[in-house]
Amino acid sequence: MNNEPLWGIFLNACLINNFVLAYFLGICPFLGVSGKVDTATKMGGAVTFVMLISAVCGYGIHSLLVFIDAPFLQLISYIVVIASTVQLVEMIIKKMSPSLFQALGIFLPLITTNCAILGLVLFQTNKGYDLLQSVFYALGAGAGFTIALLLMAGLREQMEFAEVPNVVKGTVLTLLIGGILSLTFMGFSGLNG
Amino acid sequence: MSTVLEKEPPKKKDLSTDEFIKGLWKENPVFVQVLGMCPVLAVTNTASNALAMGLATAFVLLMSNILISALRNFIPKQVRISSYILIIATFVTIIDYVIQAISVELHKSLGAFISLIVVNCLILSRAEAFASKNTIGKSIMDALGMGVGFTFGLLCLGVVRELLGSKSLFGFQVFPDQFQDWIVMILPAGGFFTLAFWLLIFNVFKSKKISS
Repeated sequence: MNNEPLWGIFLNACLINNFVLAYFLGICPFLGVSGKVDTATKMGGAVTFVMLISAVCGYGIHSLLVFIDAPFLQLISYIVVIASTVQLVEMIIKKMSPSLFQALGIFLPLITTNCAILGLVLFQTNKGYDLLQSVFYALGAGAGFTIALLLMAGLREQMEFAEVPNVVKGTVLTLLIGGILSLTFMGFSGLNG
Repeated sequence: MSTVLEKEPPKKKDLSTDEFIKGLWKENPVFVQVLGMCPVLAVTNTASNALAMGLATAFVLLMSNILISALRNFIPKQVRISSYILIIATFVTIIDYVIQAISVELHKSLGAFISLIVVNCLILSRAEAFASKNTIGKSIMDALGMGVGFTFGLLCLGVVRELLGSKSLFGFQVFPDQFQDWIVMILPAGGFFTLAFWLLIFNVFKSKKISS
């Protein structure tokens, strides 16, 4: 059992150990969908939602697997839950807002293979969080992911107007910005004390 | 109609070595396709971690490619992605226990990233783009090429980061004690910078080739 306070868990997942910039989870959408602020916000929202549901389901599954003593099924059952949640979100978005569905494109089904979500569920199991702590952990991780994505999108929108050499354009530039952002976020580790 | 057909000459040259070599260089998963970035950045702070991660990923890639290619006519199209992920997850569970049996220390330093091989986009993309459409033999060559290419990419990062970050290589000290460690290299930011640096070199080479 883990006795961390709820706000500590939230801050930890959101800023100090930001999933994207400190754990390198969810790099694919971070590099792929971070072109526009608008899309980045919605992507962040979708990922946070999936994280929340997966965290709750993951907690239930873990308790069940401990009960029937089958830890080797952990990974397989987690991934099934995540895949079905993503499918659900995909259907909801398609129904509610076809334009957003278009904008997110291939990255929507790819949330399934977003390591941030599976990582979240695995970490929460390792740390032994209870249900409420898991929910806060998921909220923090989702907020952290959204912040990272938003910062990146904002910077990249500005970069459109900058003159950069041709060889640096594209992924290299994005990675360099990511590195600098990651350095910046290290400043938050002081909050830990 | 005939002109359209003539424009696309059928690719007769399907030597299986071609499938192997393309993963090493022309379609290198790390430097060209930029796939499966999470482990590339996260576990490459030492060269031995990078090597272990590369080999584990290559194993899962190979086994899942074989199985998916063998079952490609039996898996219904609608549920194919879920079936692939289940197959991949099975092999990842196997390799997770194998690594734990070989070296508990290594298992600890790789941490959750072994389990996270499941969501490595590289494996799913090879399953979807290649193994589900090709014979077992070709899929094996493809998986071997991609696996070796991925391991090579991880090693490229791991070697640079370990040399500069802790002046050693595979745990053996290389630089003299006076060398000041570049702490940033073992931190997360170092991963971003090193990968950017390698991609930059690749881009410079590519642009030189085009201009000459």
